[in-house]
Amino acid sequence: MKIILKQVRLLNPEQKLDEKNDLLIEDGTIKKIGGLTETDFKSSQVLELENKICSPGFFDMHVHLREPGREDEETVETGSNAAAAGGFTGVACLPNTNPDIDSAEVVRFIKEKSKDHLVDVFPIAAATLGRKGEALSPMYELFEAGAVAFSDDGTVIKNAGILRNALEYSRNFGTPIIEHCEDESLSDGAMNEGYTSTLLGLAGIPNVAEDIIVMRDIMMAEFIGGKVHIAHISSKNSVELVRQAKKKGIKVTAEATPHHFTLTDESVKTYDTNYKMNPPLRTQEDVDAIRLGLKDGTIDCIASDHAPHAIEEKEMEFIFAPNGILGLETSVGLAITELVQKKILSLMQLVEKFAINPRKILNIHVPQIKVGEKANLSIIDPSMIWTVDVSKFKSKSKNSPFDQRLLTGKSIAVINNNKMFYEDKFVTI
Amino acid sequence: MSLSNRHLLGLHGVPKEDIQLILETARTFREVLERPIKKVPTLQGKTIVNLFYENSTRTRISFELAQKRLSADTINFSTSTSSAKKGETFKDTVRNIEAMKVDMIVVRHQSAGVPQYLTKISKANIINAGDGIHEHPTQGLLDMYSIREKFGRLEGLKVCIVGDVAHSRVALSNIFGLKTMGAEVSVCGPATMIPLGIESLGVKVYHRIDEAMAKNEVLNVLRIQLERDAGKRIPSLREYHKFFGITSDRIEKHNREIVILHPGPINRGVELSSEVADGPYQVILDQVTNGVAVRMAVLYLLGTMH
Ligand SMILES: [Zn+2]
Ligand SMILES: [Zn+2]
Repeated sequence: MKIILKQVRLLNPEQKLDEKNDLLIEDGTIKKIGGLTETDFKSSQVLELENKICSPGFFDMHVHLREPGREDEETVETGSNAAAAGGFTGVACLPNTNPDIDSAEVVRFIKEKSKDHLVDVFPIAAATLGRKGEALSPMYELFEAGAVAFSDDGTVIKNAGILRNALEYSRNFGTPIIEHCEDESLSDGAMNEGYTSTLLGLAGIPNVAEDIIVMRDIMMAEFIGGKVHIAHISSKNSVELVRQAKKKGIKVTAEATPHHFTLTDESVKTYDTNYKMNPPLRTQEDVDAIRLGLKDGTIDCIASDHAPHAIEEKEMEFIFAPNGILGLETSVGLAITELVQKKILSLMQLVEKFAINPRKILNIHVPQIKVGEKANLSIIDPSMIWTVDVSKFKSKSKNSPFDQRLLTGKSIAVINNNKMFYEDKFVTI
Repeated sequence: MSLSNRHLLGLHGVPKEDIQLILETARTFREVLERPIKKVPTLQGKTIVNLFYENSTRTRISFELAQKRLSADTINFSTSTSSAKKGETFKDTVRNIEAMKVDMIVVRHQSAGVPQYLTKISKANIINAGDGIHEHPTQGLLDMYSIREKFGRLEGLKVCIVGDVAHSRVALSNIFGLKTMGAEVSVCGPATMIPLGIESLGVKVYHRIDEAMAKNEVLNVLRIQLERDAGKRIPSLREYHKFFGITSDRIEKHNREIVILHPGPINRGVELSSEVADGPYQVILDQVTNGVAVRMAVLYLLGTMH
């Protein structure tokens, strides 16, 4: 099958590409860029894409797919569908499943589950066995089976000695250690610590609980030389720590979630548990610092921390409800609304944060837009105005605080692995 | 005259007129409580559920008595296990209760925000009887009632809340209510027990009890709650008593009238010495009686609203 992307703006910072052109895809491969003939148009499905952008496929490097273990909340398949609908052609999934992704079998199980899908799924394996922080997981074996990074996400690697070993051992194959930065001796709370938590009578989690671990991890990366990636950075001082570390040439990278650059802890005032996440929503000062960090390159990429939860679990009393919200289907819209529309990021930078940098951090091939290359593309309408409707989500869960929010910017189609997701359907191309 | 809100979730944002109305109404019920027949038929035919997810015999008995005095039908639902552990969700429990056509729900829960949540899933009037470390509005009201009874006013009075302010639901309700009524509110306690940035609520902070006693006319002394991990924030109860405990020596040193309130139950020898707990300065037992009158007022005003 032949597809033509007509008059689309092709964007790829890696190729310094920014041009309006026609693009012909045949059998999942880019066949022509420009110079399309009458016959090409007659024999292809033509997508009219005036004022739309087309870039290397977007990639979300922080997604919880819940399989194996909580298939009632999400599966590899439903999560991949949500990713495609949200504009992504690849995701990396975190290891806090049941069992944890700490054995080669589980890595292979997830790879197997995702092998026929448009969306590529790359497992991130646990850094320590059972994410208990005590003994290293079989990292080499996990790497060989297909793990692209190591993380105990959900929890921090508490013991600095274990972190040192994990970081040192990961140098064997160049994968990053992804850290959920939280000093648990300081974080026994349900929301950000500050004026709002005092007002709401909820125990607080201070910024410093994150900052201390970010600082420790940066120092460890400087000492050992391995790669540390800071997950879901949320605090102003942490952003500054990463900025200074990068200036010194330390190998540290960072991601930010859409909720941390969009919402503040004031949202918790309704006690709606869809505003409960870890790290918690912080203050406007922190939001501003994250936006600046994204703008100046301190924060490398946007990742959603997509965390599906069953309705009955999320509908609990605030202090008992689990942390986390859905992200895959609102991430692009929030980034365009909050960052591109507000002139914090250019569209080119947006592509960098969504398509290029996450793959570079995980040592995954960055797709190019050139003749002969496999088509791995995201097509976005950066000015479409739409209303979020969780009842239409592909995800199995519904825990999003963004339901009914008006957003600007939406995915039109994604193409990868000889498949296209367009107009709410998957088709083989 | 009626209240501006059909629920009592907290004292934050409750207008002065509402507080005044509750305190005035409580005064008439206080008189009823002195009569030989203490019962009035005001809430006859109304069904009230006391939904207690946390053990609090005192508060529950006070509410129950208030309900009986108003001739309401009362159902008690008490459990110390959270819905998280029980299997049935909180929402299901409430839906069940709702199906029994209740008019009011008095709720006590470990989690802040539960009363707010109840207003979304139930049609009943909701009264917060303490949610986590958030608010305990009827306690705040009865404290204000007791202070007003003693001084004849609240406006301009200097009131200090002493103890583990950071982990107290009584503190916030007192701060919000008293400030609305024009009192000057301060807090005093070891720094580990004072929330960061509490000054932004418009209260002064003391870390020395003698200074707080020199500057205030009323001390509302909170219970040190070991069950809330208070032990982690102070080296010992002995040290707490030595530096923050209210003793008659301390009171006499100031040579002026200081009124002592305490929400009970008292840890004698910790936040109050026994002489103070039984002495002439305290109004603790008045607080208990006033508590019934204030709760009658709240139940009456909400239960007869349209
Ligand atoms: Zn995390
Ligand atoms: Zn996560």
